[in-house]
Amino acid sequence: MSAERRSKIIAVALGVCIVCSILVSTAAVVLNAKQEENKKIEKIKNILIAGNLYEKGKDVKEIYNSKVEGTIIDLESGQKLDESKYNEELNVETFDIKDLAGSPQYGKIIPSAQDIAKIKRMPKYMAVYFVKEADELRAIIIPVYGKGLWSTMYGFIALDSDLRTIEGFTFYEHGETPGLGGEVDNPNWKRIWKGKKAFGDEGEVKIEVIKGRVDPSSQEAMYQVDGLSGSTLTTRGVDNLVKFWLGENGYGPFFDRLREESSHEQI
Amino acid sequence: MSKYKNILLDPIFNDNPIARQILGICSALAVTSKLETSIVMALAVIFVLTFSNLAVSLIRNHISSSTRILIEMTIIASLVIIADQIIKAYAFDISKQLSVYVGLIITNCILMGRAEAFALKNPPTLSILDGLGNGFGYTFILLFVGFFRELFGSGKLLGYTIFTLNTEGGWYNPNGLFLLSPSAFIIIGLFIWFVRTWKPEQVEEE
Repeated sequence: MSAERRSKIIAVALGVCIVCSILVSTAAVVLNAKQEENKKIEKIKNILIAGNLYEKGKDVKEIYNSKVEGTIIDLESGQKLDESKYNEELNVETFDIKDLAGSPQYGKIIPSAQDIAKIKRMPKYMAVYFVKEADELRAIIIPVYGKGLWSTMYGFIALDSDLRTIEGFTFYEHGETPGLGGEVDNPNWKRIWKGKKAFGDEGEVKIEVIKGRVDPSSQEAMYQVDGLSGSTLTTRGVDNLVKFWLGENGYGPFFDRLREESSHEQI
Repeated sequence: MSKYKNILLDPIFNDNPIARQILGICSALAVTSKLETSIVMALAVIFVLTFSNLAVSLIRNHISSSTRILIEMTIIASLVIIADQIIKAYAFDISKQLSVYVGLIITNCILMGRAEAFALKNPPTLSILDGLGNGFGYTFILLFVGFFRELFGSGKLLGYTIFTLNTEGGWYNPNGLFLLSPSAFIIIGLFIWFVRTWKPEQVEEE
């Protein structure tokens, strides 16, 4: 039978398509569980890195489960969301900033006057992570994001339980210029953030990324972080996103509520 | 026996897909800023190339000339998706760095080129060898480029520090050009120059 006969052409094409689709779907189905697991571990790993809990070689899930507790908060009120209200889209396990910010139900448009991080939309709810050691709150890890020079940068900030001191900062996704703005994920630069104070005495956001090096003798030094040389715009983006998320349109209400709670406890 | 050997080994120096045939340059620029990503990319290409050559060769007598490109593309695309899924499942960190480039193996000219030029006309055993050989040829260039780019661009090899960077208290001031794609052009160009000086018969006649 000649390969050029019409019925043969169709039969061969059909056969190839069927075999290929079976192979592709088998691969996708068989490997799906493993891939989902990888994504979850990746996210957990970034949370641990922000909170300085990550240890190379140790099982990230084990550290996470023993020390970290995730919860969903309502950004506007600062209240924890009751677990009974969790659903498919809204839960700690599968929480995805991009999905939520884009969703008509759970996301909202940021008025451009307030949008210093230049992100246009934000989720109404956020997953935040409490780091606990022996039942004592040690740190709070919050997801943040904002526009750099080329891309939206996604990261986590960890705040000490005093709600002022920065415990750690990490970006897990960005598309800035390698070697320049891309240095936002350089461990040496991230280390500078540790120990800086995010808020002033009145609870106002004071942390800033400055151009050039911080003068250690300055009174403001504890609120300042060195800018990255050669990447003014990326650095400004980091500065903006930190100010936005720590401010009243970001996690402000949540921090206010936490401060209130902890002062009640002391009485 | 020497015929088999030639089919397998020729594509490494004598008829290298990148250096001689100038195919598949795009991915060689994109993924070679580190040795690790180069290795995974090369393995993916070897896998896809060998099996696509095998599959095309097996049904070569049943493929009509009017639909052959479609059938080759379908086979190649399916194999690429499978390779991509496997990398996502077992080498997740690397898959993030390779991002779209694994998917872009579909458009890598080496695959279509070998299916068209070889697998359509030759029996399965020879086609497998041809796939492996061209895969190795591609791998060789990728490793060569990746080696120099990672070493001079970030002072490391496979993530291990070889030259301590000055930002970390060492002496080496990394050359950022090596992290950008144009450096791969330069390295591939130098490689082609060396090979053609060594084997002058590869020089095209004017």
